[in-house]
Amino acid sequence: MEKSIALELRGVTKTFGKVIANNNVDLTVYKGEILSILGENGCGKTTLMNMISGIYYPDKGQIFVDGREVVIRSPKDAFGYKIGMIHQHFKLVDVFSASENIVLGIDDGKKYNIKDVNNRVLEICERYGFNIDPKKKIYEMSVSEKQTVEIIKVLYRGADILILDEPTAVLTPQETEKLFDVLRRMRDDGKAIMIITHKLHEVLSVSDRVAVLRRGEHIATVETATATESMLTEMMVGKKVTLNIDRLDPVSPCERLVLEGLNCTSHEGIKLLDNISFTARSGEILGIAGIAGSGQRELLEAIAGLQHLDEGTITYKNPKNGEDVNLRDKTPLQIRDLGVRLSFVPEDRLGMGLVGNMDIIDNMMLRSYKRGASMFLDRKAPKDLAKNIIQSLEIATPGATTPVRRLSGGNVQKVLVGREISSAPSVLMAAYPVRGLDIGSSYTIYNLLNDQKARGVAVIFVGEDLDVLVELCDRIIVLASGKITGIVDARNTTKEEIGLLMTKSTSISEDAEKAAKEGSENG
Amino acid sequence: MANVKKHEPLFHIVKRDRMPIWQSLIIRLAAIVLGLLFCGLLCNIILDVKPMELYKTLYDGVFGTERRIWKMAKDLAVLLCISLAVTPAFKMKFWNIGAEGQVLMSCLAAVACTIYFGGKMPNWVLLICMAAASILAGMIWAVIPAIFKAKWDTNETLFTLMMNYVATQLVAYFLIVWVPSGSSSLGEQAFGHMPIVYHRYFILVAVVAVLTIFMYIYLNYFKQGYEISVVGESQKTACYIGINVKTVIIRTLIVSGALCGIAGFLIVSALDHSVTTDAVGGRGFTAIMVSWLAKFNPLIMVATSFLIVFLQQGVYEFANDYGISTAFQNIIVGIILFFVIGCEFFINYKIMFTRKEVAKK
Amino acid sequence: MILDYILNAIAIGMTFLYGSTGEIITEKAGHLNLGIPGVMCVGAAGGCAALHYMIVGGITNGFLLVLVGILASFIAAFLMGMLFSFLAVTLHANQNVTGLAMTTFGVGLMKYIMFGLKEGNSIPYLKALSAFRFPFADQTNGLKYCGVMVFLALIIALLSSFVLFKTKVGLHLRAVGENPATADAAGINVTLYKYLATSIGCGISGLGGLCYIMDYAGSRESYLSIEALGWLAVALVIFALWRPHLSIVGSVIFGALFIAGQFIPTLVPLKFLQTMTAAPLLKMLPYVVTIIVLTVTSIRDKKENHPPQGLGLNYYREER
Repeated sequence: MEKSIALELRGVTKTFGKVIANNNVDLTVYKGEILSILGENGCGKTTLMNMISGIYYPDKGQIFVDGREVVIRSPKDAFGYKIGMIHQHFKLVDVFSASENIVLGIDDGKKYNIKDVNNRVLEICERYGFNIDPKKKIYEMSVSEKQTVEIIKVLYRGADILILDEPTAVLTPQETEKLFDVLRRMRDDGKAIMIITHKLHEVLSVSDRVAVLRRGEHIATVETATATESMLTEMMVGKKVTLNIDRLDPVSPCERLVLEGLNCTSHEGIKLLDNISFTARSGEILGIAGIAGSGQRELLEAIAGLQHLDEGTITYKNPKNGEDVNLRDKTPLQIRDLGVRLSFVPEDRLGMGLVGNMDIIDNMMLRSYKRGASMFLDRKAPKDLAKNIIQSLEIATPGATTPVRRLSGGNVQKVLVGREISSAPSVLMAAYPVRGLDIGSSYTIYNLLNDQKARGVAVIFVGEDLDVLVELCDRIIVLASGKITGIVDARNTTKEEIGLLMTKSTSISEDAEKAAKEGSENG
Repeated sequence: MANVKKHEPLFHIVKRDRMPIWQSLIIRLAAIVLGLLFCGLLCNIILDVKPMELYKTLYDGVFGTERRIWKMAKDLAVLLCISLAVTPAFKMKFWNIGAEGQVLMSCLAAVACTIYFGGKMPNWVLLICMAAASILAGMIWAVIPAIFKAKWDTNETLFTLMMNYVATQLVAYFLIVWVPSGSSSLGEQAFGHMPIVYHRYFILVAVVAVLTIFMYIYLNYFKQGYEISVVGESQKTACYIGINVKTVIIRTLIVSGALCGIAGFLIVSALDHSVTTDAVGGRGFTAIMVSWLAKFNPLIMVATSFLIVFLQQGVYEFANDYGISTAFQNIIVGIILFFVIGCEFFINYKIMFTRKEVAKK
Repeated sequence: MILDYILNAIAIGMTFLYGSTGEIITEKAGHLNLGIPGVMCVGAAGGCAALHYMIVGGITNGFLLVLVGILASFIAAFLMGMLFSFLAVTLHANQNVTGLAMTTFGVGLMKYIMFGLKEGNSIPYLKALSAFRFPFADQTNGLKYCGVMVFLALIIALLSSFVLFKTKVGLHLRAVGENPATADAAGINVTLYKYLATSIGCGISGLGGLCYIMDYAGSRESYLSIEALGWLAVALVIFALWRPHLSIVGSVIFGALFIAGQFIPTLVPLKFLQTMTAAPLLKMLPYVVTIIVLTVTSIRDKKENHPPQGLGLNYYREER
């Protein structure tokens, strides 16, 4: 290959406490290529990239840019070497405008004039085909607009080496395709692009070469043209795995949760839920798809009694006596007192589902501490439960008195899911339960959901990976800006169909109803 | 590209895993010792006093005579009581810096009882009235900001702070009303004295000891204490499991205020038998640091409040001996606090020096 | 008389203005510094000590007195800011507790120094009073309190607003306070900005202490009320919505409330106000008004008027 090397890593090592995040990693990127950095969650992809962009400082190793050894101590140094990173969690100041964010930190000695910046931003937009208003405030923007601002920010500084950390996680298939077009255009411009991902089909479609990381070590870098999905998976996981999720047929499904005409608005007057109606049945997994922030969280929180509704009814059909119970505007405690066995695995594990600084026992107690009339806490039952869950779900922890904050992502999620299913629920809601988990832990979670399904629990699963949704669920509801744009049968649908529904903003309510009818016929 | 200098940082900091308790204790003790050494040096430079003189005076000032030991015990009890009072609120991350005002209001209420009911009822009934009035006053003063916080998320730090000054002026007002001469200094009241058992300060110390144990149990073994921890750690989690956060905030501040009320009652009935605008003397603020340094653990607070009281009383004697302003005690307490606050860093983080171990090829 | 009241309100208001401008700059860098009362005390003590030694040393040049006095005050308070930054930025200490400890320390230090500055029955530093006041501001007219520091306060407040909202340095500083991780990723030296903003902010606040003694109070024990003034200055930040230019108006209103006790009884012919018992109730005014405004602003919640998002939180780059 006659291309010249843009960036090279030699023997880079980084540890956090006792955890080795990267061990002796060598990596080479050429100019004018797209290199995928592939690996499971927690394999050290992001840590490695953070060392190139100056967020972390390596314990050992060398970095070369254009063949010269460099020391990158801070993001500022990285910019000096024309390295720019687009972080997964956007690094934007909410109350600033797009232009203010873009110009932030640039020290070009020029006089600060926001109008000039606006003009230059518009120039870049024109060159690469972005569409954005430089004066718009970040907090008024959608996720994909924010990502565009991040990319412009890097281009504005004239970066030659771009790093994108999981850029597609928040995008629809269509938006992803658009982003890839932009990346290809930049590659043809001669830029070196590194894209972190764990989605194989993306790797195959966009990159020229793939570097695979496993447990902090660089396994190999291969030409994409010669790679296959199964080969990459094996390199990634270290053993042969079959990536099939079992899907059982629902056993005698009956209506468990009936939602009709749910409406709610935010403090700013934005519609969060717009006329949502659907039914969740026992013994089936109902998937919910949609771009992040389309009302998934509000929907689940409304059912759990955490979100105030303007209109609508939520009816729970008690499997024991067949009675209808109205859940609307009840608090979580009232719902429990009504004998409704509702479990909820929220998206924000350590901020909502668990308390990071408390140990496993005290976290087990969260759901049950109020039981009994005594003023004192009963720590015995939660202690037994903690031991039980640690054993049955194989949670890696020094003991039941370890604060959950110290556990790894997968183990944290096992603690949370374990607690939620321990109460033998009849409805189980899980929001992004596998986000950030490695493949092994993800499959443990899928199996747990399937177990619950087999026991006749009505499972509601909010997911972001459309491949998984299509494989795991029985029916899938698609949300777009608070509305249901379609209810599809997961056995006869495609990712692309769901992707289109996710961006369908002008759907009329009749459409949704029609789709709902179809969905229920199919299911 | 050439503008980036090429040299590695000397060291970088890394977050620690959990440190064994004995190790963290050693670090804290080391910080206190270092702070004391620094103070000794300071006295040597600006006052030309040998450091050993300072330490000796400090020790004598606190343990020199039985009277001084009891004085120390009394001050410790009062400070500890106020620290216990602020603890539940702080554990809930409610920044109540209004303990000063809450205690002052309860002092005022207790004195009001002695003035209006004194001599008209048996002493023990009067004492009960005073206690009830004090507790009520402390509760009211604490619960007002709590209600606003719960309802509209009003900034509690400034709210409680302003309540302190309102309380001060209220005391000033009543002193003018009660003291016709216009001197605004209310003499010692004849009624409502705590009976003397064993020693003048014994009941005071005993009551606070019981409260300390109660607070420890309340925070660690009561359902209410558990709710306080959950709300303090994450309000979202609290909502998720169905805790009514507003109720917990208000209820906790009622507990907090009630304890401030007990502190005020004890100050009036067992110590001052009177009230001035300066009756609390900044202990409402000091209590916050006592509580925080002890990581909100009531048992450890005995040690942290001892540290503060030891320094205050010791330096007070020292200042008197050497004819300098007694405000010197605040300087010394401040310096030691800086050392102790700063040493937390070495408990939570570790410094890694860069070793040159780059493989040269 | 009303004019006199207003002029007095402006004079004392400037003490608040220094304090709140300094705290705004500090808070814009993401630091909630509850040590401002202590810092103002140290500023007062530093300035007074410098003036004391100059007067004792026989220096009578007015210009020199003013210049050195102000510089000494600024530097003393600046050092307090460095101390806060060292604890909060470098050692990641809890900001609230650090601030409270600084207040304890600062108040003690000031009392100690001011106690030491008494020589017999005279206080040399107060001889510098006339240098701080304008020649035409004699003791008889309403301008008696107007001096150099009043105008300096206005200049600093307007300049701070300009820097914060119209320059790149200001943009960077606000980014540091809003979201330090973002600012860091953008290549801004977060540590440097935090140190400088906090220290300069403290320096400016410190001038407030000197302003109170030299321009407004000019009496022997006046320094004892600086702590209370400092707390009000911290509260004022919220009303000024983190904008120094708005703080000018707020400061004068606070000033007017703070001295209401002296002026209202003569201005308002109500019998009750003439009695002695009214004084403490009038003194309560600024605090009660603060509480009311605090409540009203919290009820009328608006995104633009929120404190910086990173306020009170320490930043550690390698946080995972």
